Amino acid sequence: MTQAVANVQSNDPLLAVEGLRTWFELRQWGFLRVGWVRAVDGVSFELVRGEAVAFVGESGCGKSSLARTLLALHRPTAGSVVFEGRDMGALEKASLKDYRARVGYVQQDPYGALPPFMNVRRLLAEPLIVHGVTDPAERERRIRAVLEEVRLTPPEELLYKFPHMLSGGQQQRIVIARALILAPHMVIADEPVSMLDASVRVEILSLLRRIQQERELTLAFITHDLATVRHFAERIFVMYAGRIVEQARVDDLLDQPQHPYTQALLTAIADPDADNARRARQVPGGEPPSLLNPPAGCRFHPRCPRVMPGRCDVDEPPLFEPRPGQRSACWLHA
Amino acid sequence: MADGPLLEVQDLRLAYRTSRGLVQAVDGVGFDLRRNEALVALGESGCGKSSLAKALLRVLPRNVERVSGQVRLDGEDLLALPKERLRAEVRWVRIALVMQASMNALNPVVRVGEQVAEPLRTHRGWSRVHAMEQAAKTFELVGVATDFLQRYPFELSGGMRQRVVLAMALVTEPEVVILDEPTSALDVLTQAGIMNVLKRIKTELGTSFLLITHDVATSSEIADRVALMYAGQLVELSSAAEFFSVPAHPYARMLMASVPRLREGERPQHIPGQPPSLLTPPSGCRFAARCPERFERCAEDPPAFALSERRRVRCWLYEREGEA
Repeated sequence: MTQAVANVQSNDPLLAVEGLRTWFELRQWGFLRVGWVRAVDGVSFELVRGEAVAFVGESGCGKSSLARTLLALHRPTAGSVVFEGRDMGALEKASLKDYRARVGYVQQDPYGALPPFMNVRRLLAEPLIVHGVTDPAERERRIRAVLEEVRLTPPEELLYKFPHMLSGGQQQRIVIARALILAPHMVIADEPVSMLDASVRVEILSLLRRIQQERELTLAFITHDLATVRHFAERIFVMYAGRIVEQARVDDLLDQPQHPYTQALLTAIADPDADNARRARQVPGGEPPSLLNPPAGCRFHPRCPRVMPGRCDVDEPPLFEPRPGQRSACWLHA
Repeated sequence: MADGPLLEVQDLRLAYRTSRGLVQAVDGVGFDLRRNEALVALGESGCGKSSLAKALLRVLPRNVERVSGQVRLDGEDLLALPKERLRAEVRWVRIALVMQASMNALNPVVRVGEQVAEPLRTHRGWSRVHAMEQAAKTFELVGVATDFLQRYPFELSGGMRQRVVLAMALVTEPEVVILDEPTSALDVLTQAGIMNVLKRIKTELGTSFLLITHDVATSSEIADRVALMYAGQLVELSSAAEFFSVPAHPYARMLMASVPRLREGERPQHIPGQPPSLLTPPSGCRFAARCPERFERCAEDPPAFALSERRRVRCWLYEREGEA
């Protein structure tokens, strides 16, 4: 809130990602190069200021590697990440630190994300100290404000507690507070509730969504749980084997899924209903491909019920736009 | 075939010794399971559902203080049965248990085919060749190609390993299969595939299932009946049709409202508060502190009121309608 002054025009995208690849080298015995794990392999998208989006995919689809690349924790192998008009790849060490202050990170495992020897006050002061807030009174004021914002009140009761003295939900609120304390313009939440009990999940997601709207943040959820996140995001990006296969507004994606993988995903997700027990779900067999040696053409083609031999297994499909604002990487739309 | 219950559980109690005192993880749970029926024990983490599974077959960790109650299989009490007979006649022969994360507990240096055939060789004394033939048949049943018999666990994906573990439980054709969170570590498509396999086995072999899970949507994929647990107690026992459309217990209603749904625009509602500590459970109804419908009566522990022949709800709201 304090530093959220827009220094670019609001119709520009906040984040523009173009042809992003994050590959990891695989070595044997420490020096023989065996190949590359193509965790993120040709991803392009844009996020605008103040929107909440979700990257949805199964484990191993590259969604966490994408998140960590956007956080500048991995160097992209190719492609560009342009945040607020500046290319992240070209940033010097000092400006990279500045970039990290403007992108908050909410980790999956709150207990693992909080150093056990730091109390809450110290945990929240740390980023302020690192980023040059030298006045202790100012730090104290901001710590209290952010604790109020994540509804950990009264702050006095929590300031001197250590992570193990807090419940999972409280720990995750501290992680969120820490991500927010430098007034970022974007927050990336990687599976923010998958380690929490079902009854507190909705509470944490509602909190993130409310803060996102109040601060007009850009919020990116990384998750495997489409049924939950659809209530907290405006746009969905569906990932499969290192690529985005479909992107659309939530309602469009749920009503008119275009990509066969999205269709399979929606068929596989059950809503509680006693009739479920009486019918089998039509889901494709097989498993997602190895990212070390992905299949040629469309990566879903070995499992796809609508595969067109000679096309899908040869050429990589580009993103088509079969419906306005809805893009799908599938030859069916050609 | 007899229509009476195959498995009957009465007043089952299990307590753990901890450094801070006794934890009553299972507290007076009772239900029955008929042939070819699937019962789902549903509950949040720490509600005692996994302890329930372990108590049924007496697969207990060392810090268990005591187990009491009755678990009758065709009338014979398993809790009173000598250990040798339990091992020789019940475990894996009539009741198989697939523990949580058991797909990660396969022996890494033994081919999976051998591991699946092993129960037949140890419990039935079958020859290796004969047992392997049966293992191959079971592989087909759970949807794994038979050339996977020769592979090692590390060569299989998570979904395939889960199917292998299922095959291991089914190879002796037990009457009851207990599954503890069989799909919780798996991806959505794999999860749906595993549930399809369970449905097929239920129809083709007539197996009875006791499925333990925290996931309401998954539970509806197989359940004929639902046993909802809260803080060590069974708070509602209903048919799936009743439970998923008109849940009775206030906790059941709030739980259903907290489930995120893909096909409905309404945002899920969280349940405020936390379950009570099982070290010092409250004296009255255990859900009272979080219940929006509590009244004076809730200071006392409610009995299970029978709303119909097979529907029971442990809540004072049903005092008039049901019989205790």
